[in-house]
Amino acid sequence: MSTHKIKVKIQGVEREAEVESRLLLVHLLRESLSMTGTHIGCDTTHCGACTVLLDGQPVKSCTVLAVQADGREVMTVEGLEQEGKLHPIQDGFWQEHGLQCGFCTPGMMIASYALLQRNPDPSELEIRQAISGNLCRCTGYVNIVKAVQHAAAALRATKERSTAA
Amino acid sequence: MELKTTAAVCGMGHSMKRKEDPRFIRGQGHYVDDIKLPGMVHLDIVRSPYAHARIKAIHTEKALAIPGVLAVITGETLAQFNLHWMPTLMSDTQMVLPVEKVMYQAQEVAAVIATDRYVAADGVEAVEVEYEPLPVVVDPFKALEPGAPVLRTDKKDKKDNHIFHWEAGDRAGTDKAFAEAEVKVKQDIYIPRIHVASIETCGCVADFDRVMGHLTVYMTTQAPHAIRTVFALVAGHVGLSEEKIRIVSPDIGGGFGGKVPVYPGYVIAVAASVVLGKPVKWVEDRMENLQADSFARDYHMTAELAAKRDGTMTALRIKTLADHGYADAAANPSKFPAGLFSICTGSYDLPHAFTEVDAAYTNKPPGGIAYRCSFRVTEAVHAIERITDVLAQELKMDPAALRLKNFIQPEQFPYKSALGWEYDSGDYPAALALAMKMIDYDGLRREQAEKRQRGELMGIGISSFTEIVGAGPSKQFDILGIKMFDSAEIRIHPTGKAIARFGTKSQGQGHETTYAQIVAEELGIPAAHVQVEEGDTDTAPYGLGTYASRSTPTSGAACAVAARKIRAKAKKIAAYLLEASEEDLEWENGKFFVKGAPQKAKTIQEIAFAAYTNHPPGMEAGLEAVDYYDPPNLTFPFGSYICVVDIDSGTGAVKIRRFLAVDDCGNIINPMIVDGQIHGGLAMGMAPALMEEISYDESGNISGGSFMDYLVPTAMETPSWETAKTVTPSPHHPFGAKGVGESATVGAPPAIANAVVDALAHLGVRHIDIPITPEKVWTILHAKGVAQ
Repeated sequence: MSTHKIKVKIQGVEREAEVESRLLLVHLLRESLSMTGTHIGCDTTHCGACTVLLDGQPVKSCTVLAVQADGREVMTVEGLEQEGKLHPIQDGFWQEHGLQCGFCTPGMMIASYALLQRNPDPSELEIRQAISGNLCRCTGYVNIVKAVQHAAAALRATKERSTAA
Repeated sequence: MELKTTAAVCGMGHSMKRKEDPRFIRGQGHYVDDIKLPGMVHLDIVRSPYAHARIKAIHTEKALAIPGVLAVITGETLAQFNLHWMPTLMSDTQMVLPVEKVMYQAQEVAAVIATDRYVAADGVEAVEVEYEPLPVVVDPFKALEPGAPVLRTDKKDKKDNHIFHWEAGDRAGTDKAFAEAEVKVKQDIYIPRIHVASIETCGCVADFDRVMGHLTVYMTTQAPHAIRTVFALVAGHVGLSEEKIRIVSPDIGGGFGGKVPVYPGYVIAVAASVVLGKPVKWVEDRMENLQADSFARDYHMTAELAAKRDGTMTALRIKTLADHGYADAAANPSKFPAGLFSICTGSYDLPHAFTEVDAAYTNKPPGGIAYRCSFRVTEAVHAIERITDVLAQELKMDPAALRLKNFIQPEQFPYKSALGWEYDSGDYPAALALAMKMIDYDGLRREQAEKRQRGELMGIGISSFTEIVGAGPSKQFDILGIKMFDSAEIRIHPTGKAIARFGTKSQGQGHETTYAQIVAEELGIPAAHVQVEEGDTDTAPYGLGTYASRSTPTSGAACAVAARKIRAKAKKIAAYLLEASEEDLEWENGKFFVKGAPQKAKTIQEIAFAAYTNHPPGMEAGLEAVDYYDPPNLTFPFGSYICVVDIDSGTGAVKIRRFLAVDDCGNIINPMIVDGQIHGGLAMGMAPALMEEISYDESGNISGGSFMDYLVPTAMETPSWETAKTVTPSPHHPFGAKGVGESATVGAPPAIANAVVDALAHLGVRHIDIPITPEKVWTILHAKGVAQ
């Protein structure tokens, strides 16, 4: 099995690895780099537990080869918190009880993060569409929608404050 | 509910933010697949492409030649230790690995252990198995016909595929009531196989220490203590003694019943670790999870209801054929082969009832576990709530009016049902009345009439369910002889903080928060200061685990009782400190004070400190208690759900426009968490009602074996659930709670099915089996000539 040297920027920090051609991005993250926040829930790109950002776009890292991430930027759930401060997405999920077992949560939060990057004031339908590639078995989705709305409001408020200042 | 504690203490009734969430929202949860031990190797499994076949040969040479492949384990390997078969929880047997034949598609055939999970998968591809296909039995009715191939040839005297017959109630009295009935309805109702499909699949890391003979297994289990005992009983003859077995259930990514059984993969991983002397990780993939792990449901029911012409129900009769696959691997209490199906008289005052269940072997995966429900309660509720609507249709009565006419009345509790249960408490008319008012039932009926005039298809469905949870009283309930009590152990530290450990195991239910709130309520120690631990058999007190909505009824009760034992000792210490007699002390808000002199008081924190620094002469130091709670009865949560659907007459698609759930789970510990449990339960009720099914073709090939075709609802199909509560405390539970995790899964399917049938009732439709897919509805619309 041939191997490849790759460089991937993960949460802004460049990491190097020598990987087999067939190594999946999710296994690079979880096994080679011991970042286990990104989970694996299926083999068919349906459940979204493994969702990460690749150059800012949400992708399912169980269906991306590690070599495809060479020279690109990856952000995982571990990158949400900044300087000891929870991202509003994380806080929203906590405040609104948007998680139960926590297994789908990292992927859900990353998909929601990507939504709010492109649409700071999404409707309920837009939120539901944005997370429709992420399965949750525990919550019935209602509180996940509320969590994203909570985060969207917090992010808008922060932006307004910084604009006012 | 009136709050007795401040927000700072956060006892019962507070919507405390969950204590477990800080790790989950940072990606710092600790699930089985996150565990990496030094020297750990990986196990992957070779599975059968056939549903029934003789194994002629297994060739492992090519696999063993792959660099990194360490071993291939087959049934022959395990047979050397007599570990190739294992008992099921229902006293049946199932294979760990086969030596003679396979019994279902995707059955484990051999296991490859390698240094890396990719290499293990390579090894699986390289194992060559020669099969000789055998006749396949997939239909349980055909399985019981004379001349059907006998599947369990391993059982010497077995001449057919019949597993058990079970019955409850008064057959003769029920038959007489039917013979005399003014009105009778009868309906075949099938609930197909479904799978819990927790987003985390099953797996383990087995770590056998050859030097000390200790086995530690980190595994996805809802019942770690019971698993430890099962391992000791099954593998005692090869030296695994219970004191040397430690089961650790770390964070669990959803359980729903699917993580109660012992699957072959766990056992093979343990065997591999013992053989190799290395930690062995096995984590199944999604297809293995759906195709081989225990299924739920698969009940073929025929329900009959007898009534007077005015709608008064007089008798219920249900006959069921259960398809258990090739082994009865249900996870029921041992004395209940059909679980608690005899709750099928539901919320109605039925003078006569009789029910019987027969079970058959087929060439399908073994099982009969729950899918987020308490032992066949969903099947029972679906039967009674569907046949009630069939009766309403027969009588041309409004289904709400028929229910209100037949409800057990509040003053009849405790109520002895015709099938032998003593319902603890309930107010069924109140729950339905609240639901009807909140959703404007009469307005919806008017709207439906108008829409029908215009040819639009709209339906309203009701389900007024009664659950039976919290197993259970030791006189009736055990699993393999172990009584179904559960436990709590609370230790108060000198600074007034606490650690509390339990025999249950949360899989997302929020025990770290709710148990802490119970301690806070009982002792006045802030819930934030109570550390809750579960899942490690070396530290937690023995218990039967979390399933069947039993945690609050059993361990939650134990928590309150243990806390009260601590309070009793605290009172003695307070009396000593205050130089008062115990009789003169009163308890309020975390402190004892002298009656009439409230300034003379000692807080629980001061008392805790004294318990270690200044305890009364003659008294043991310390402040801790343990309780093994044996519930005096089960609990009976209930509710009334109303569902409104619109049907697209072009595609047959059913859209849930509104779904209102009025639940009564007794007193509530954390309203936020209770609502979350109901939301999730509703989604898992909608799933089998409209989408999920595992079926097999005549060769035993599975359909629904991956998320490509096993349709788990996304946020797009799932409606915005509406919830409300009535509160009828359980009279026998220490703080009046009943349990809530599964109510909605149980109550939702018939509400949805009844709504769809209601939308089509004017076309003569009386019943549709779940899942009610667009194709089924489209076919009906075409047959009735109303498709657009």
